Amino acid sequence: MPPTPRLAPLNQASRQSRSADRLKGKLLIVASTLALTLGPWQVAHAQDGTDLLNVSYDPTREFYRQYNELFAAWWVAQGHASVTLRQSHGGSGGQARAVIDGLDASVVTLALSADIDAIAQRTGLIPEDWQARLPHNSSPYTSTIVFLVRDGNPLGIRDWDDLIRDDVSVITPNPKTSGGARWNFMAAWAWALHAYDGDEAQARAYMSALYHNVPVLDTGARGATNTFTQRGIGDVLLAWENEAFLALAEQGEGAFDIVVPSVSMLAEPPVALVDGNITSDTQREVAEAYLDHLYSPEAQALALHNFYRAWDVSAAAPEDIARFPQVERLSIDDFGGWAEVQPVFFGDGGVFDQIYEEQ
Amino acid sequence: MRAGILRTPSPLPGFGLSFAITLAMLSAVVLLPIAALVGRGLMIGPVELWEMVGTRRIRAALALSFRAALVASLFNLVFGLALAWVLVRYRFWGRRLIDAAIDLPFALPTAVAGLALTALYAPNGAFGQLLAPLGLRVAYTEVGIWLALVFIGLPFVVRTVQPVIEEIDREVEEASATLGARRSYTLRRVVLPMLTPALLTGFALALARSVGEYGSVIFIAGNLPFQTEIAPLLIVIRLEEYNYDAATAIGLAMLTISFAMLFAINALQIWSRRRIGHA
Repeated sequence: MPPTPRLAPLNQASRQSRSADRLKGKLLIVASTLALTLGPWQVAHAQDGTDLLNVSYDPTREFYRQYNELFAAWWVAQGHASVTLRQSHGGSGGQARAVIDGLDASVVTLALSADIDAIAQRTGLIPEDWQARLPHNSSPYTSTIVFLVRDGNPLGIRDWDDLIRDDVSVITPNPKTSGGARWNFMAAWAWALHAYDGDEAQARAYMSALYHNVPVLDTGARGATNTFTQRGIGDVLLAWENEAFLALAEQGEGAFDIVVPSVSMLAEPPVALVDGNITSDTQREVAEAYLDHLYSPEAQALALHNFYRAWDVSAAAPEDIARFPQVERLSIDDFGGWAEVQPVFFGDGGVFDQIYEEQ
Repeated sequence: MRAGILRTPSPLPGFGLSFAITLAMLSAVVLLPIAALVGRGLMIGPVELWEMVGTRRIRAALALSFRAALVASLFNLVFGLALAWVLVRYRFWGRRLIDAAIDLPFALPTAVAGLALTALYAPNGAFGQLLAPLGLRVAYTEVGIWLALVFIGLPFVVRTVQPVIEEIDREVEEASATLGARRSYTLRRVVLPMLTPALLTGFALALARSVGEYGSVIFIAGNLPFQTEIAPLLIVIRLEEYNYDAATAIGLAMLTISFAMLFAINALQIWSRRRIGHA
């Protein structure tokens, strides 16, 4: 005789209801697992109309923190409801890609127009003619590329031709990963074309010699600044003027000198409204005002105070204006604009890649 | 009587449910991203993939990544074993502290590790200053990459070998000694064969971890094309160019090579298990 089962056999109906219960239980667990996984994601996307996300690049962190306070106070003083301002910072190219991949930016304030062009072309969230919507190529503040050298300039570095000397080592980030470094590259290129009377072959040879003197290609501008200031690598750092002033302010005056080359670039970090991410009229109104107000005398003074060159100096402190030396700044439009420069110089197999392929 | 009632249930209840949850989570976190990578690769087509991976620069980066990971993991294999042996077999002051410190590379954000190593080994750093007069450069060279990979891979070897050493009965070694074996012979023919499977596992884990390592390496490598540019950085560079296809190609190449290496190590492991009779 077979051993009797410990449990008496259940009748058909109760077994069915039990398996139905089991199924319900399983569904419940699967559903709650899904909810747990997706929950935070949905919260991050919940947004009311007066919430603004400014997706920016690295060095503007301090400026926008101050500007957000300024704008929030001004906005309420204009008789509007208060507004929540959030900011996000990172490498300019990475930030653009985040917006392309779905980051809910209301406005973008990036290092170069090529990154905003990429958002416009790849997603259609921004109209193609975005750069004409605000004054000065949509760049409320500008900067330029300067040299940061060791205290007292021991190697006597004065201009771009000194950078290809055998005894000089140059720090600049990788233009492939750093938007800021593309301005560095173009500033050197601008000088080389100028110096060799537009001879491209000689300009390329100069660029090759220049990058031959670069011992470390950091992935971002802040990393390059650290390599130069903290690690003590290199004799000269190619830097945005605002970063150079910031390094001076943080490291104390005695550590470094700023050298202004004869020719440099007009670095324009532009701003744009991300139309496609705007969910309500109220939000659009706030976002447009947020960008327009960047051109107000108070905001311009704030930009000057954060070492950016601004257009309107009427409200700025005299010492914030006196800081900036005269320099001949070429515009990227002299080279056909970023739309043309980007693929030729920094695309796969472009001028920058060729420098290393030849070595 | 129906077969369903007689089917003996597993002594552990809830297999179906827990298996389903495991599978769901595994799919969402591991399988789907890899499937997306492979799927994208399939859409590109094998010829184009091969062309994208075949450039001199990508080959150089892949070679560097796998060479550095291999060197670092071999180093960890030897010194991780020594470290685990010391921690298990000897009692000394500070043992618990060292034991706890082994796990630090697991816990420390890799960026912090990279920055700390760079600060120490840069020419103006504490160790870099001592090495510079000898003409030795560590930071911003391939040696720096090894160093970072040794750091992140070490706990994998130690933590897999340690429990196995604890399991080894001292009597086995004593028996070997009473039978006339010299110490090196005992080590070679008695102890090491017992440790081989664990050593291989630790080696494979360390290797797999260091091949794809980005966060710590990026700070200490100079990131110069053809010299110190690792493959994961090249993926990031391709992404910055919005060239998702090329990024996919490099990712797939790394996945394939890693898979082949892990497969070889696993085969070696099965062979070594059979050899010492643990099949």
